[in-house]
Amino acid sequence: MTTPRMSKKSRYEIILAGAGGQGLILSAIILSEAAIREGKNVVQTQSYGIAARGGLSEAEVIIDTEEILFQQVRNPDIILAMTEGAFAKFRSLARTGTLIFYDETLAAGQHGDNLLGLPFTRSARDLGHGASANLIALGAIAARTEVVHMENLIAVVTRTFSVQALQTNMKAVLMGEDLISGQVFRN
Amino acid sequence: MITTPNQTQLMQGNQAMTHGALYAGARFYAGYPITPSSEIAEECSVLMPKLGGMYIQMEDEIASIAAVVGASLAGAKAFTATSGPGFSLMQENLGFAVMAEVPCVVINVQRSGPSTGLATKPAQADVMQARWGRHGDQSVVALCPSTVAECFGLTVQAFNFSEKYRIPVILVADEVVAHMREGFRIPEDGEVTVIERKRPTCHPRRYKPFETDIDGVAPLASYGSDYVFHVSSSMHGPDGFSNNDPVNATRKIEQLHRKVEFHRDEIVITRSFDIEDADVLLVAYGITARAARAAALAGREAGIKAGVLQLLTLWPFADKEIGLASERVQTIIVPEMNYAGQVAGEVQKVVGPDRDIRRVNRYNGQIITPDDILEVMTR
Repeated sequence: MTTPRMSKKSRYEIILAGAGGQGLILSAIILSEAAIREGKNVVQTQSYGIAARGGLSEAEVIIDTEEILFQQVRNPDIILAMTEGAFAKFRSLARTGTLIFYDETLAAGQHGDNLLGLPFTRSARDLGHGASANLIALGAIAARTEVVHMENLIAVVTRTFSVQALQTNMKAVLMGEDLISGQVFRN
Repeated sequence: MITTPNQTQLMQGNQAMTHGALYAGARFYAGYPITPSSEIAEECSVLMPKLGGMYIQMEDEIASIAAVVGASLAGAKAFTATSGPGFSLMQENLGFAVMAEVPCVVINVQRSGPSTGLATKPAQADVMQARWGRHGDQSVVALCPSTVAECFGLTVQAFNFSEKYRIPVILVADEVVAHMREGFRIPEDGEVTVIERKRPTCHPRRYKPFETDIDGVAPLASYGSDYVFHVSSSMHGPDGFSNNDPVNATRKIEQLHRKVEFHRDEIVITRSFDIEDADVLLVAYGITARAARAAALAGREAGIKAGVLQLLTLWPFADKEIGLASERVQTIIVPEMNYAGQVAGEVQKVVGPDRDIRRVNRYNGQIITPDDILEVMTR
């Protein structure tokens, strides 16, 4: 079965949601930098609270070929939910056409149009680096939606991490890509 | 030397303000980190030493602004960054900088108050504190960014005004613009004008630190140079020594005001969007200007001719610009993140008590959305 892809858009609104400490803001930064490499306008914001670890953490990215006026996401095209809480908060948006990537490891047994469950956390554990689930998710999102080109994502990841950390993180991104190419889609 | 042109990079508002300060030539930072301004201190602690500048973490905000004033008198372009509680503590020595005519820049990244309030949430409630936070008669210059690019550009501008007119300049940012990231290219050297303070050219023995030129500004020597001079927070004459003569006091207070008033057309920066044919005028500033522009666009799509006047300079107030822009409109809307309508009240003064101003206010730590404004627009 061939992978269905989102049609390429001039504007993307993305929410990356999960728990503080999962590296979602870093993911948003990497995604934004990849979009800048493509000459796009980008605005990246985050919920900024007193709870850094645990608790709901949300990072937003808007990518547009035009000037971005209002800085917050209003009509998300893509949501990444890395915890059950985040999934519960956003899942109803799938009905309105938002593509929701969620961590199957944490929120199993969810089905429906525009819901895409992938084993981010389990794959990260398989990789021997639980903290790289965010990059696996980013790889999967890029592979599925082409919100940014994989080559630009890889270029930014290469620049972002130290030599010691690069190999694992690069593996994580490619693992995310593999999750998509090996995926049999339910929708 | 071959220099590679700067490329567009993802940059946070706080980072852009830091880079703006360094681009403008700031080589001294003294501060006490406070959310949501802490990244400025962090960035300065890394970058200042590399540029031969000095970064000092002080014991509190009172000491921070005191160190900044001292460094500036010693010849450095100096600045600090803080938020509401720290900005309150800085008022006394900021008043000293006004009276002693010491150039410096204070960045106040607004968060929700009063007091420690909602420490991590945005607000636009320090507009009047920037204007009137200190006691005594004075004018002040305050600038307000809405994008990462403006964070950089207005910081350079803040230093330029500060150095040119020997005044403290306040950059009134907010939590959202400070933590937001956008693509931004740092300009090459020379691409943006950088102004240096006027230095004395007379013999040191002839130097009077407050003897003004025709532009209302006196050249400023540096402590530690051949120019030995006296600076006092008390009323002083051209020589810098205490002077209680009413004629002198009149001259000094007038000069403090007029050096800003006479240059207000240069200092007051606004941007207008679709106001030529507008029936509805939105007057907005800071992060809320973005929601206002989005709302105006949505209004136009719904058949309402809306336009936006964005205030990049909060003080001196853009009375002329607002007066002109509001002449032909039917409705004026002022959205801002405070309860009292701190800017709406000033707009009311400009347009007169008979004209109705629709206010959009939020004061719960949440931002104003385009829908909030649209709702009031279509009412």
